[in-house]
Amino acid sequence: MPQALYRPRLAGLTRATISLLAITPSLLFLLLALALPLAALLSQALHDRAGHFVGLANLRDYLANPSLLAALGNSLILSLVSAGITVTLAFLYAYGLTRTRMPGRGLFALIAQLPLLAPSLLPGIALIYLFGNQGILKGALGGHSIYGPIGIVLGEVFWTFPHALLILTAALSLADARLYEAARALKAGPWRRFATITLPSVRPGLISAFVAVFAMVITDFGVPKVIGGQMPLLSTDIYRQVIGQQNFQRGAVVALLLLLPALLAFLIDRAMAARPGAALGGKAVALVAERNRAVDTVFLIFCAAVAGCLLLIPVTALFASLVRLWPYDLTLDLWHYQFDMADSSGWEAYGNSVKLAAFTALCGTLVIFPGAWLVVKGRAAAAMRQGIHALALLPLAVPGLVLGLGYVFFLADPDNPLRMLQGTLALLVICTIAHYYSVPHLSAMTALRRLDPELEEAGRALKVSPAVTLRRVTLPLTLPVVLDMASYLFLSALTTVSAVVFLYDPDTSLAALAVLAMDDAGDTAPAAAMAMLIFATGAVARIGWALATAGLRRRTARWQTRKDG
Amino acid sequence: MRLRRLSILPLALVALAMGLAAPASRAQEKTSLTVYTGLEADQLKAYKAAFEAANPSVEIRWVRDSNGVIIARLLAEKAAPKADVVMGVTATSLMLMDQEGMLEPYAPAGLAQVKPALRDSRPQPTWVGMDVLSSALCVSKVEREKLGLALPTRWTDLTDPAWKGRITMPNPASSGTGFLMVSAWLQMMGEEKGWAFMDALDRNIASYSHSGSKPCKQAATGEFAIGLSFEYRASKLIEQGAPLELVLPAEGLGWDMEAVGIVKGTPKLAAARTLLDWAVTPEANALYAQNFAIVARPEVQPKVPHIPADLESRLVKQDFAWAAANRDRILAEWSRRYDAKSEAK
Repeated sequence: MPQALYRPRLAGLTRATISLLAITPSLLFLLLALALPLAALLSQALHDRAGHFVGLANLRDYLANPSLLAALGNSLILSLVSAGITVTLAFLYAYGLTRTRMPGRGLFALIAQLPLLAPSLLPGIALIYLFGNQGILKGALGGHSIYGPIGIVLGEVFWTFPHALLILTAALSLADARLYEAARALKAGPWRRFATITLPSVRPGLISAFVAVFAMVITDFGVPKVIGGQMPLLSTDIYRQVIGQQNFQRGAVVALLLLLPALLAFLIDRAMAARPGAALGGKAVALVAERNRAVDTVFLIFCAAVAGCLLLIPVTALFASLVRLWPYDLTLDLWHYQFDMADSSGWEAYGNSVKLAAFTALCGTLVIFPGAWLVVKGRAAAAMRQGIHALALLPLAVPGLVLGLGYVFFLADPDNPLRMLQGTLALLVICTIAHYYSVPHLSAMTALRRLDPELEEAGRALKVSPAVTLRRVTLPLTLPVVLDMASYLFLSALTTVSAVVFLYDPDTSLAALAVLAMDDAGDTAPAAAMAMLIFATGAVARIGWALATAGLRRRTARWQTRKDG
Repeated sequence: MRLRRLSILPLALVALAMGLAAPASRAQEKTSLTVYTGLEADQLKAYKAAFEAANPSVEIRWVRDSNGVIIARLLAEKAAPKADVVMGVTATSLMLMDQEGMLEPYAPAGLAQVKPALRDSRPQPTWVGMDVLSSALCVSKVEREKLGLALPTRWTDLTDPAWKGRITMPNPASSGTGFLMVSAWLQMMGEEKGWAFMDALDRNIASYSHSGSKPCKQAATGEFAIGLSFEYRASKLIEQGAPLELVLPAEGLGWDMEAVGIVKGTPKLAAARTLLDWAVTPEANALYAQNFAIVARPEVQPKVPHIPADLESRLVKQDFAWAAANRDRILAEWSRRYDAKSEAK
């Protein structure tokens, strides 16, 4: 490159040092908050209770127990079934949203986001009121019990639906109208066009969605904890081993087993993502859905039915939280919102959750965005940047329960100076950022990659520091994505139970954990009330954030168009 | 283009850092006592308020969970205990801890006034009872009448196939209430007949819960017709208007004491002792008496609604030392028989 010739060597060195200094915090965070706890967990699984190295003996013991093997089988089957149902429904729903002209598409897209606002315990609780022994729609199950596989699958489908929909909507939005025109010219009927153009083009999306849902279900314990009955599953077993029996070694072994399918799913997904051909060529013409009364009506009915089911869950939970004693005393009041009588941490836990969500959103964005910026735009220390990227993707494959348990072992070491963080909100913030690191990292990277590298070249030519380019150009251009990262982290922190369940102490209990505790104690209605409080907080935060940042988004958008035009 | 709003970022950061640090720097002039407890959530507030009013220099910090979980946690933390006092767990559990050498002996002031049956009789007592917790059946009147079944009066009535899938019971591994039932059946019927009874009962059980009061709450909402639980929860729910019938099975009731002891190695021994001293006072007993029909001090007369006055005579004779010594074996056998049961049929 010609500039390199007249760039003074000293400046180049300094820049390398600067990026090295800048890159260290991100790498350090990922090492401390992710890699070391996981290493601690692995090591624990290979030792016995007294701390002697026993290799795979723990695993052999575990596998020798038939009921625990049954848990493995159940987990696999239920995750496959849930993923199959969710992906089928989400595909048709996404098709309706992207490829038809049915009315109400915006509303349907909005309703499909609702499950993101709730901890996975909420669908479990609502399903008890809908299909339990006193359920409003009990007859619909034809005598089968909701406690067990049926309840688990229904709850998981609700909870994972928006995640699958997101992937599939994106996949279906990429379509080249020229292919469809060509097919039509060749007299291919609608089914033929669907089978030979649409399906192949979304296959990576379908696999990706399937894998994502599968990994979410196999690692979730919220739904089965509430409505799983006596059905043994890996995720509830790890909880029972660790919380119920304080058998941490056993918990570590189950955690390893839980890590395997999630890791496998992750590798399949990465392999799919690496395959070329999914992207559209530069000459592609965007497909505009045509009006077709019959198709539009069919999809309208289908989407309305799905949206109705999605709405039914929070509406039922809201109703359950307001009724005095279902089904005998139908007085409506706020009695169940007085958490003092049901759970000792009640409203304080709610306050902690809001704090955790705010800190996670802010600190998480501040940690993750610079990391992603360095991976994409950094020019020095290639190995370290690769390291950051690899570690940043790791949480996709690591279930929250596994990560949380890793923290327990990591901090149990008396020589660890981070021990003082035990039980603090700061620890919960760190763990939650690590747990949800990947998605914001990937979206920041995508946004940064989309920026023309010429912007940086221009900055260099003008001899301004990369920091100035970042502040004046890159950040404003990627601002919408940064704001979405914060919003994603906020909602995730508000609803999470899996990693933090092993880490809180009485002063730092969280709202979602209070839901778990109250349901455990049989206080289902107060549990529903707390879950609805989380739901409402998520909704208000999301809308409020959109309104508060609308001005910022508008300004950057205006600026961008001015630049382009 | 300048993002003016970004200039408030440093300010916001400082504010947040202060917020994060705040819980740590909260001034603590009072001695904060970490008390592990299996007491019901709705009892904690009153006990804490009364104790702190009487001892303004000490503050209780509850860590609440089911009895079995609390014990498992204490045992796991044996090398470096985090609890100062353990309160409101069963005497059997405290004896188990005592066998592990985990309790600090202390005879609270006023111990002599406690009923002999409700305290550690050794010269160096490690625990003292608060009240008696006894098993009870919560039967949903509405559901039972809908099914047209007679009110069960004996434990063995519960094995009637008509109740299949309509009974819930606490898991003895995690719930003190669950364990005292299992332990009483084994002592009352003998081991062989006891396990045979539980096998038959298991065929009717819809699910084993984590907590001792959940089965009663599920009967209150009619979700399951019968909940094996304890008398406090039954009385409380009936008072709140739940359509429940309280049954005390005729063969006799399993029971245990709720008790309190000091964790050995606590750096806050003096404060821990004040809590034990308070726990045996008539004032504390008056609070227990609002919840339980039999309390440690004879002069305090409980009056718990819906609990018959002759409750004491319905309790079976129970050997707590035997139960403590055999707890691990009983739970392993229970787990072998019923844990593997999958509801997926």
